[in-house]
Amino acid sequence: MIKLTVNGIVYEREVEPRLSLADFLRHELGLTGTHVGCEQGVCGACTVILNGDSVRSCLCFAVQADGAEIETVEGLGSIDNLSPLQKSFQEHHALQCGFCTPGMLMTGVDLLRKYPLATDEEIREGLSGNLCRCTGYQHVVRAIRAVVEAGNGD
Amino acid sequence: MKPAAFEYLAPVSLAEAVAALGRDDAKILAGGQSLVPMLNFRLRAPSLLVDIGRIPGLDYIEDDRAGGLRIGAMTRHHTVETSDLLRQRFPVLHAAMQYVAHLAIRNKGTIGGSLCHGDPAAELPGLMLLLDARLKTTQRTIAAEDFYEGALDTALAEDEILTEILLPPLPAGTGWGFEEFARRSGDFALTAVGATVGEEARIVAIGAHETPLRLRAAEALFPDIEAAAEAAREEVSPNDDLHGSADYRRHLVSVLTRHALMSAREGAAS
Repeated sequence: MIKLTVNGIVYEREVEPRLSLADFLRHELGLTGTHVGCEQGVCGACTVILNGDSVRSCLCFAVQADGAEIETVEGLGSIDNLSPLQKSFQEHHALQCGFCTPGMLMTGVDLLRKYPLATDEEIREGLSGNLCRCTGYQHVVRAIRAVVEAGNGD
Repeated sequence: MKPAAFEYLAPVSLAEAVAALGRDDAKILAGGQSLVPMLNFRLRAPSLLVDIGRIPGLDYIEDDRAGGLRIGAMTRHHTVETSDLLRQRFPVLHAAMQYVAHLAIRNKGTIGGSLCHGDPAAELPGLMLLLDARLKTTQRTIAAEDFYEGALDTALAEDEILTEILLPPLPAGTGWGFEEFARRSGDFALTAVGATVGEEARIVAIGAHETPLRLRAAEALFPDIEAAAEAAREEVSPNDDLHGSADYRRHLVSVLTRHALMSAREGAAS
């Protein structure tokens, strides 16, 4: 039995040890906003925030997250009330197909919380572990840059 | 892309962990950033994973009071990367950390995990050779140079756990250089070379041999950097793969050796 907090809600579940945190979020909790791309830690689509740090949820077993606090894309905002970063993604056309977007957003949130992001170089380095096959990187960088400059949180 | 079933234990002491490892084909889970992909690909299918992430007291960077550092094996890459003390004492290690994977991987991956995984193209094993690290385990202390026996193969026994990395002080005025060539930021090195220059030179090649390798012939030729760079080419035995031929990697080792030695010599002189 594991017990963990996801977006402020406490869940208790019986899980098989081999269940990844990504599959746990999607299949056990129905939080399908976290996307599973490569399942080998390369693409970054499954990035979530675990105890305050962005991590690959495909490279973490749910049992390892026992007692942890998780934030997923569902915790950012809602359709009617987008978070500042989500709103900025919308305004800057920072997504095309949207598959990589949950990972881009969660990485962006981690970057915005921890780093000054004084240069676009820092944003690019921070995003280097997230792949977008629509090649939409320029717009993602601009969206994060705009949130840094607005200075009103992630 | 799902791992084979395994049993899972999360001991809270090293003694418990060592006892659990006595069982056949158990595997230690540290940060999991190398092991879990291998499990997902089913390149490994251990019957038991022993998660050492809940054992207290393995996550620290401490002054050894002699100019060196002690680093707990479960210290995460991001902690190593952002440690001011480490940057002051071992700037070459700090510089190399910038090449280790990506933010989300560095947030979970551990220094001990990377060292025990022993990927020949990973930066940290090579840096341990360069800095003459001592690796403390639940049984003994092993010199970094004696730690790697082959690709993904270390001197560790099945029930032995790496607990601490001891970095001896670098002599005052030591210059350093670290040069890496990778296809994409954060990817494994196609090859990398680290060098320190003090009274003598020390050079390590990464991703160009089945283990990280000290380039002793090149070291002996320093301060003739051109000759050292030529010798470096012949000391490594790289593989061909789809990212580059063995010849290309030899060429890179030579060029990167020259650049790393030039940076190191400049740093030592200033």
